[in-house]
Amino acid sequence: MGEFAVELRDVVKKFITPEGSELAAVNHVTMQIRHGEFFSMLGSSGCGKTTTLRMIAGFEWPTEGEIYIDGVAMGHTPPYQRTVNTVFQSYALFQHMNVFQNVAFGLEMEGVSKDETKKRVGRALEMVQLTGMDRRFPKQLSGGQQQRVALARALVKTPKVLLLDEPLGALDLKLRKEMQLELKALQQELGITFIYVTHDQEEALTMSDRIAVMSLGRVLQMGPAVEIYERPTSRFVADFIGESNFLEGKVKSVSGDQAVVVIPAWNEDLTGIAMTQVKVGDDVAVSIRPEKIRLTEDARIKENCIEGSVVSSTYIGSDTHVYLDVRGQRVKVWEQNRISTLDPRAYYQKGQKVWLSLMMENTLVLPRD
Amino acid sequence: MSEKKPPVWLRVYTFIAYLYIYIPILILIIFSFNTMKLNVRWQGFTLSWYNVLFHDSQVLLATRNTLIIAFVSTIVATIIGTLAALAMQRYHFPGYNASETVMYIPIVIPEVVMGIALLVFFVMIKFTLGLVTIALSHIAFNIPFVALVVRARLHGYDKSIDEAAMDLGANEMTTFWRVTLPTIMPGVLSGALLAFTLSLDDYVITYFTAGPGSTTLPLRVFSMVRFMVTPEVNALSTIWVLIVFIVLLIGQIAQSRRA
Amino acid sequence: MTTAQATEKSVKKFSLLKVFRESRVAQGLLLISPANIYLFLFMILPLILVTVLSFLSRGTYGDVVFQFNITNYTRLFDPLYGKIFIYSLEVGLATTVLSILIGYPLAYYIARAPARQRSLLLFLILVPFWTNFIIRIYAWIMILRAGGLLDAFLEWAHITQHSLNLLYSPTAVLIGMVYEFLPFMVLPLYTSLEKIENSILEAAADLGAPPWRVFLRVTLPLSVPGMIAGTILVFIPAMGMFVIPDLMGGAKTILIGNVIRNQFLTARDWPFGAASSMILMLLTMVFTLYYTRKAGFGEELLV
Repeated sequence: MGEFAVELRDVVKKFITPEGSELAAVNHVTMQIRHGEFFSMLGSSGCGKTTTLRMIAGFEWPTEGEIYIDGVAMGHTPPYQRTVNTVFQSYALFQHMNVFQNVAFGLEMEGVSKDETKKRVGRALEMVQLTGMDRRFPKQLSGGQQQRVALARALVKTPKVLLLDEPLGALDLKLRKEMQLELKALQQELGITFIYVTHDQEEALTMSDRIAVMSLGRVLQMGPAVEIYERPTSRFVADFIGESNFLEGKVKSVSGDQAVVVIPAWNEDLTGIAMTQVKVGDDVAVSIRPEKIRLTEDARIKENCIEGSVVSSTYIGSDTHVYLDVRGQRVKVWEQNRISTLDPRAYYQKGQKVWLSLMMENTLVLPRD
Repeated sequence: MSEKKPPVWLRVYTFIAYLYIYIPILILIIFSFNTMKLNVRWQGFTLSWYNVLFHDSQVLLATRNTLIIAFVSTIVATIIGTLAALAMQRYHFPGYNASETVMYIPIVIPEVVMGIALLVFFVMIKFTLGLVTIALSHIAFNIPFVALVVRARLHGYDKSIDEAAMDLGANEMTTFWRVTLPTIMPGVLSGALLAFTLSLDDYVITYFTAGPGSTTLPLRVFSMVRFMVTPEVNALSTIWVLIVFIVLLIGQIAQSRRA
Repeated sequence: MTTAQATEKSVKKFSLLKVFRESRVAQGLLLISPANIYLFLFMILPLILVTVLSFLSRGTYGDVVFQFNITNYTRLFDPLYGKIFIYSLEVGLATTVLSILIGYPLAYYIARAPARQRSLLLFLILVPFWTNFIIRIYAWIMILRAGGLLDAFLEWAHITQHSLNLLYSPTAVLIGMVYEFLPFMVLPLYTSLEKIENSILEAAADLGAPPWRVFLRVTLPLSVPGMIAGTILVFIPAMGMFVIPDLMGGAKTILIGNVIRNQFLTARDWPFGAASSMILMLLTMVFTLYYTRKAGFGEELLV
């Protein structure tokens, strides 16, 4: 067994656009995916995540670099000789075959005996809770059921790695949430490596052991959900995952992993954690998540505390979204509604003066990009 | 479009239009049972013209020729046309636009021009006119029609189902036979049906490329119609209309079953 | 293994099959080549031969003499042929216009019918279209000829005692042509009318347009692609038609199609016939180019 389930070494994929120019859909991507890991590639459309997945499946070949599956270099190995299987965004069920025939197709290609096929298809259908549906045709199934057939069809092959290309994209929100948990449970039960492509950050955060955030064909950051969210290393990642307030500034002094940043707009210094190597004089962006700012009636701490006035306040159930004007800069703060009350005074009012506490460990200093 | 009720005048008009389309055909059928040879008015009921028809050796020979040509040209044109449709819908290659333009030739060039061109060609290469030249010509005008029909069906074909097959272990050939072809089969069949009827129906190109002894049904009907009007032609027409009607009906039912 | 080694390995395993599997261009070419070769041999090459032939001359015994000249074309300027060309154009245009006038309301009705009726109505349009066209002409001969069914009907209804003598007249040719080509107009018109979404018509009505203005300003313009496709499908075969004039027009009605046919089969002046074909082809090609430039080939042509 190779060290990694899947490894990409400096992979580049170039396409010729219809206008004739060259476009690198995947630009020097290196990643190592461990055995049994739930790994997600997250990014907006056109970031290269699907192309990367398709290269692992063998539908595309890298222009440069190499992909290893279980330690074996893939080169131009066609998809049908790879030990990975794919669940497609469109499900890609064979319309002229019933559920049983769809799921059995992959086993038939392997030359598995009829009895064995029957047993394994039955087990796979049981796993996705479709027992008794084997004579139905794809057209007679709901979207969620079709999705399960697609999953069973790939899983029945007992692949080393299962590739999933936005498999829940076409489902409605409630079903999607259910399937997320089910997929995660299934993955843990089977111990198969999942490589999951999605543009839905919540989905990625919920399910993944590790996430690769991609943009413009490059991997910007790779790590567990908590790391990606709490310790983004770039402004793009901080902005793409969740929400954040950004303030532009210049590094004034550095000590250890702490940096003091001058914010010209506020004429004030903020102390934060430097996420990358910075030196005095660097242009940086300071990022603070809206739920990590505390609002108080008066100044509680000496450092990183500043006064602002409420511009608007929106009650959204679990939270109240407060938008403030702080010396000409717009800052958003999510306040949790911890106390149940109808008293309007308990919520923030327009024009109200409040103090914002930006705690040092919540204040991240990021390179300006 | 809307399912609101159309105005009365439009419904009356449509009714009359359908009468206009069907009255000539109904007349054909009714007068195939007429005892009067001159067939100008109704005299009495008889089936004798069908008897005459079934003993008309020239009609029988023409029928045999027509069917041979239709079957051969349909099979060949469907294969070549389907491959061309696959190529044009899924691949890009040098000469793509030229290949595509050629597919429109039978639509934009009058049949008579195609007919004389093929006649000139066969005479120049000293190819004896007969069943073979007719079949070769029918294949030529049928390829583009099959390709157009199949291509229309391929439009919107989800390529990931082919990828899914390969992903599950099927190589290119297996994928084509087990997945691609069954999926586009309805399109291929309607292309084949169109080719078959175009071949059955063709008069002009057949006229120029036929030789002695290779008379087809349309040619035979033409000469019968030209020289006399007898209920035998009506009998032949009735059978023809009936067969077409049944074949189309089966096709229609099969299609609505699938949907 | 580094990238360089990997490439080396794939170079070593070089085989024709592998190259073919990896080259989409090669696959595409393989699929298209049967059609390309066949159509080159049995469509393009014959058309090239006709082009060449149109510049040669006729020998004394109806044979072809390899002597380049353009007299075949200059002969076409003879008023006799000029008249035939103009008459053919007139018949082609009249057939097209009549097909639009008769076919449009029909297509409109079918497109607006409930979905289930729609397929039946279309099916009924298709049935005669799939039956042999000489049979359809024959039906009209029965109806139109002197003492035929129309005359008998008119006499029976006491409308007129005299024969209308319609067969073997230009009117008969037109009747035959329109009957023949009507489905070719109705189907593409239907396709483009059917695509018009109800919400668009409702939007127009909502903005204050009365039904007739909705039709003129929205429905009609949106059905232009269908009309153009139908026009191409009707006008071109109508221009080259010689069977209907032969059977229904008698000796009086001669179209270009008849001229071409006669040069090849009775007069045996092939070069002149070829030249006539070239002009006919040129006319229809200019016509198609003009119209497709305006609208482009739509799926309407593919019905």
